[in-house]
Amino acid sequence: MSSHAETVHDPVFVGDTLAKLEALYPKYPTKMALLLPALWMVQEARGWVSEGGVIEVGEKLGLTPAYVRGVVSFYTMYHTHPVGRHFIQVCTTSPCNICGAEDVVKSLLRHTGCGELGATSPDGRFTVVEVECLGACGFATPILVDDDTVESVTPENVPTILARYP
Amino acid sequence: MGYPYPSHPKETPVLSKHFGEVEARTFDGWVARGGYEALKKALAMTPEEIVAEVKASGLRGRGGAGFPTGMKWSFMPKDDGKPHYLCCNADESEPGTFKDREIIRWTPHALIEGCAIGCLGIRAETCYIYIRGEFTEPWHILVAAVAEAYAKGALGENAFGSGRRIDIVVHRGAGAYICGEETALMNSIEGRRGNPRVKPPFPAVAGLFGMPTTINNVETLAAVPVILTRGSAWYAGLSLSSPKSTGSKLFSVCGHVQRPGTYEITMGLPMRELIYDMCGGMLPGRTLKAVIPGGSSVPIMNAADIEDCPMDYEGIVAHGSMLGSGGMIVMDDTTDMVYQVMRLARFYADESCAQCTNCREGTAWTTKILERILAGEGKPTDLDLLLSLADNMTGKTICVLSDSCAVPVVSGLQKFRGEFEAYLSGATAPVTAGV
Repeated sequence: MSSHAETVHDPVFVGDTLAKLEALYPKYPTKMALLLPALWMVQEARGWVSEGGVIEVGEKLGLTPAYVRGVVSFYTMYHTHPVGRHFIQVCTTSPCNICGAEDVVKSLLRHTGCGELGATSPDGRFTVVEVECLGACGFATPILVDDDTVESVTPENVPTILARYP
Repeated sequence: MGYPYPSHPKETPVLSKHFGEVEARTFDGWVARGGYEALKKALAMTPEEIVAEVKASGLRGRGGAGFPTGMKWSFMPKDDGKPHYLCCNADESEPGTFKDREIIRWTPHALIEGCAIGCLGIRAETCYIYIRGEFTEPWHILVAAVAEAYAKGALGENAFGSGRRIDIVVHRGAGAYICGEETALMNSIEGRRGNPRVKPPFPAVAGLFGMPTTINNVETLAAVPVILTRGSAWYAGLSLSSPKSTGSKLFSVCGHVQRPGTYEITMGLPMRELIYDMCGGMLPGRTLKAVIPGGSSVPIMNAADIEDCPMDYEGIVAHGSMLGSGGMIVMDDTTDMVYQVMRLARFYADESCAQCTNCREGTAWTTKILERILAGEGKPTDLDLLLSLADNMTGKTICVLSDSCAVPVVSGLQKFRGEFEAYLSGATAPVTAGV
């Protein structure tokens, strides 16, 4: 169980979001195949996947909450707790590591005020996490800020990049 | 072209010819560049004719394994009455590899066309393109291109008026390296945890949704249209060395070179020319120490290994490594090899799906032992222990993730043992791993 319980779960799959989910049904031979897309829709709508979201997805697709939770926890990109307004993923795998990625992480932690990996800054603006290979190794160090890939990040240009995300 | 740099004279721009051209992303822009002629041609061919053409080209899987593509397609059953599926593996996550990303970003219609032709070759009506969740920009570009291909009648229930149905569905992953393994990818599409499956049955017998399935890498499928338009003989003729390695190949080069990027070369070009001429060599005052030529899962080469090594499947094997995914990591003399072997082991420990004991425990303990060596707390027996662990992680699990973790450990110890010993003896000052 998540320690970040919602008081009441406001359903995600109504109106346009429900229509978006239903439009996917004919594209797959099973309902279960819609699990990853449905979880993405929950995260897009709410910023994270709450216990209420897990139960709602399960009900929509005929899956138990335990099953859905097992899938959610397998994948690193679903947030099981609220995160900052801007979510920053930094690659520190070998190709970026040898080009100074760890100094970029330190700079991000300092300039966002997050202090440590996985923590959200006191103003709620940023969360910074370290991730394995982002598949942009030639442009070290790449970071993902929300959906934006930012390449060639250095400890020095971090403040300029952060300024674009109020 | 050596995106983001202009094309180098030693390149063979076939797949990368239109990288950097924004108009090539649109349907009309692609058609203006000769696009969709191959699909129209394929719609008039039988599956056997398509497979024969791909076989004759010598095209081999560009995802890492190098299996002959035409032969893979020929494993699909005929007249079995079941739905067939094509999966396109766009989960590009192998450290050092960023070539498929450029294909998707710049020439999404080349991939769509290749997927459509693949469907015709294996008698499938549906192709699922599984793209890693972190590829946000490529995902948006690909989804828009697929929608445009439907709107223009290239896809759908009556592709180009042929009466043939071809559907392409873009399925987004959610962060898991292991989903690049073919059966884990299928489980992930089905809405399951990305655990690899025991083989047999192989995908051609029972793959996605239990149906006959073929899975190919992005670069493999993107090469198919050009094989059909220019002919298999032309493609097979692109080879500077081994007749078993044909065509052009994208290499993404990263690390300590002056111009990292994605370069397309004819198979067989000397590795030195790629590193020193095309990528501009090392930074001033630095010398080359190590190269991992095909993504992090292939053995580390030292400076002597790369001399006279041709860039083709057989040549790299003869020089002690593998072509793999074509993701080349170049390391200069400032690199701490023990630290980087630890980082690679940690990658596999993080990404292990944890269903096999040898992988779950082996990758974690390998990382911990390397961390204690770095911290100056290594034991004299640690190097033998690492090799023993590596042996227990090789050939003993459902998929090759744990084998891949053993590879940098074994090759790192083989080529750079002195650096490990220097940490053990205290000759190298201890370092703390991580931020």
